[in-house]
Amino acid sequence: MLILKNLEYAYEQTRFDFSLSIEQGSFLAIIGPSGSGKSTLLDLIAGFISPESGEISFNNTVFNQLSPAERPVSMVFQENNLFTHLDVETNVALGISPNLKLSQSDRNSITDALQRVGLGDYSKRLPGELSGGERQRVALARTLVRKKPLLLLDEPFAALGPALRTQMLALVKELHEEKNLTTLLVSHQPEDARSTASHTAFLDNGQIEVLAETEKFFAIKDNKALRDYQGSA
Amino acid sequence: MAQGNEQIMSDQRAKTLPRIAGFSALFFIALVTFGAFAALATRATTGFPLSEIFTDAYLGQVIIFTLWQATLSSVISIGLAIPTARAFARQSAFTGRDSLLKLFALPLALPALVGVLAVLGLWGRSGWINQLTGDLLSFSIFGLPGILIAHVFFNLPLATRLFLSSLERIPVENWRLASQLQMPAGSIFKFIEWPVLKTVLPGIFALVFMLCLTSFTIVLTLGGGPSSTTLEVAIYQSLRFDFDPGRAVTLAVIQLAITLILLAISFRFTKTLPDMASLKSAMPRPDAGTLSARFFDLGLIIIAGCFVALPLLALVLDGLSADLFKLLTTPAVLKAITTSIILALVAAILCLALCWAMLKAIVDQNSFYAKLVSFASSVILVMPVIVLGSGWFILLHRFGDVFSFAPLLVIIINALMALPFAHRILGPALMEASLKHGRLVTSLGITGWARFRLIDFPVLKKPLLLAFAFAMALSLGDLGVIALFGSEQITTLPLLLFKSLGSYRTHDAQGLALLLAIACLLILYTADKLSRSSR
Repeated sequence: MLILKNLEYAYEQTRFDFSLSIEQGSFLAIIGPSGSGKSTLLDLIAGFISPESGEISFNNTVFNQLSPAERPVSMVFQENNLFTHLDVETNVALGISPNLKLSQSDRNSITDALQRVGLGDYSKRLPGELSGGERQRVALARTLVRKKPLLLLDEPFAALGPALRTQMLALVKELHEEKNLTTLLVSHQPEDARSTASHTAFLDNGQIEVLAETEKFFAIKDNKALRDYQGSA
Repeated sequence: MAQGNEQIMSDQRAKTLPRIAGFSALFFIALVTFGAFAALATRATTGFPLSEIFTDAYLGQVIIFTLWQATLSSVISIGLAIPTARAFARQSAFTGRDSLLKLFALPLALPALVGVLAVLGLWGRSGWINQLTGDLLSFSIFGLPGILIAHVFFNLPLATRLFLSSLERIPVENWRLASQLQMPAGSIFKFIEWPVLKTVLPGIFALVFMLCLTSFTIVLTLGGGPSSTTLEVAIYQSLRFDFDPGRAVTLAVIQLAITLILLAISFRFTKTLPDMASLKSAMPRPDAGTLSARFFDLGLIIIAGCFVALPLLALVLDGLSADLFKLLTTPAVLKAITTSIILALVAAILCLALCWAMLKAIVDQNSFYAKLVSFASSVILVMPVIVLGSGWFILLHRFGDVFSFAPLLVIIINALMALPFAHRILGPALMEASLKHGRLVTSLGITGWARFRLIDFPVLKKPLLLAFAFAMALSLGDLGVIALFGSEQITTLPLLLFKSLGSYRTHDAQGLALLLAIACLLILYTADKLSRSSR
């Protein structure tokens, strides 16, 4: 169970106040207009910013006092997920050991992870030699070796074309099920939520306006902010 | 649970260590700067009446000359740089333009003393101009003319490049509009160019003025007498020749006060150019094609080009005609070269270590500390090297032989002198890298040595190398501190050059100047190449 209790935070003119609880193993898609706080929500959970008050816990362990590296969290950003001067294998290895002290079993798990995301032959390449989709696969491979139960995805496929995005979402969904992850995906595309997520949340003005099972979520007609966001359709 | 605690501890350490290192660096800089300042201040109040400024005629004359030469130098440099930059901007395609602009970057990379030798090679008593004109002109460069020529030699190309880069940022849409409206050259200057130039003018003027105000080496070598002495040179003379620390204190306090006042004024007027978004396409300017425009522009470029290029050519030819082999086998020269390289190397390392510690502590820290660091860095820029040096000279001479402290002081003061430059090269690069990788690095928990080895060094190799090379070249060519503290035991290449110039061994001086120029350029060039070749 991931629980956020009255997580308060202020940035410039906007006040954020987040509360939510979702079951372990859920796949939560987060949608909403720009500036509504989607990325802020993930940054708070990952620990890149600190809330003024409130509490974050996962399976009854409060973790908002921990540093980003110690939290039960892996995150994939929209870009700059890889160090461009390090090869694919090393980028993944940094997920296991931040000073690259690796055992044989660590090396095996890196190879396995790269194979799992379909990049088994790419271990010695530099990020610059990969396509945008491939780079995000490397980032996903790194989340696999980190073995953290929470996976945060901040619009990781926004820069990819529609076909590739669908493919990548399918991969994420598979990994999510295989590893029994609890996944939060920020997206600009409501159809991503519809196709992949078990739950969907709608953020507006720094608040979680609606959170429901995806099927029910898209049946909601009586929320004005959500209706405005989705357009007349 | 125990492991959890340990991790929290290690996270605390990860944040605390850069902070401690940063504060230590700041403390060290403060100690050196304020140590010198305190030494001056205590002597100024107990030892010497400051009221002498108003009664001592010579002192008044020195102050006036200091300001006068800086004003003239800046006005001439800027006055010539604006039309030259405009000519370069208008004629954007002639053969040799890029090489000429590269040449314009050269004087700034050379030590002041080398520039002096270059200027002497063209304008000096036995320079090319006097040789050509014979007894017809036979003018002496020493005094105000020499100071002005040398200052313009250094600052005209610098100011030209700065003005040109601002002119080149004018959006191409402006030129399209100007040709549609058939604007004459006068209107183009008034409505398009001048507004841009006007914005950057105060900043460039302040920079050039400050450089001329604190250009110790040029005035020391080309001043040629008590009637053309600046405050810094007077400080040096009162410490090294008259041994009158009290007088040095008075002069240093005045120099510091003038620098501070001018800095305050320039802060008031300096603006940065707003970012002008533009289409990326080269569009010939409507006012560049006419015959008279070409004639005027190219004429101006040739004159300015000769002014910069001929002294450099004289430097190379004079240097080559000296007996370089004999110089390089003279024990004194070899010893000076070794000393110079060791001192410069250590100074550059110290400079980079201080700069790195300060910057690493700012990144991801609160803004108060960031302000403190940039304040510290600009305080050093304000502190003229000679003032810093003379403060420590006065402080240490109570404790024994000042000259035995020489290596340490040369290293420390040269390192501090290079710090603002290193800060300017490394700062933005480090900020950018932190923006790009900061979250990833913290989320993976990469800290300490691993972070430096795996992430920071590879990513920041280029700016680190450049900052190092810059600091080293600056220390290698410096005459200021070593002139105060140098002795028979500790002599650097610039000091040796200065001495052979003083004892009329002109050929030796020319040879040494060429060697020094080559050394500095080689360092900068190597750093540039190394940082490019690595992936």
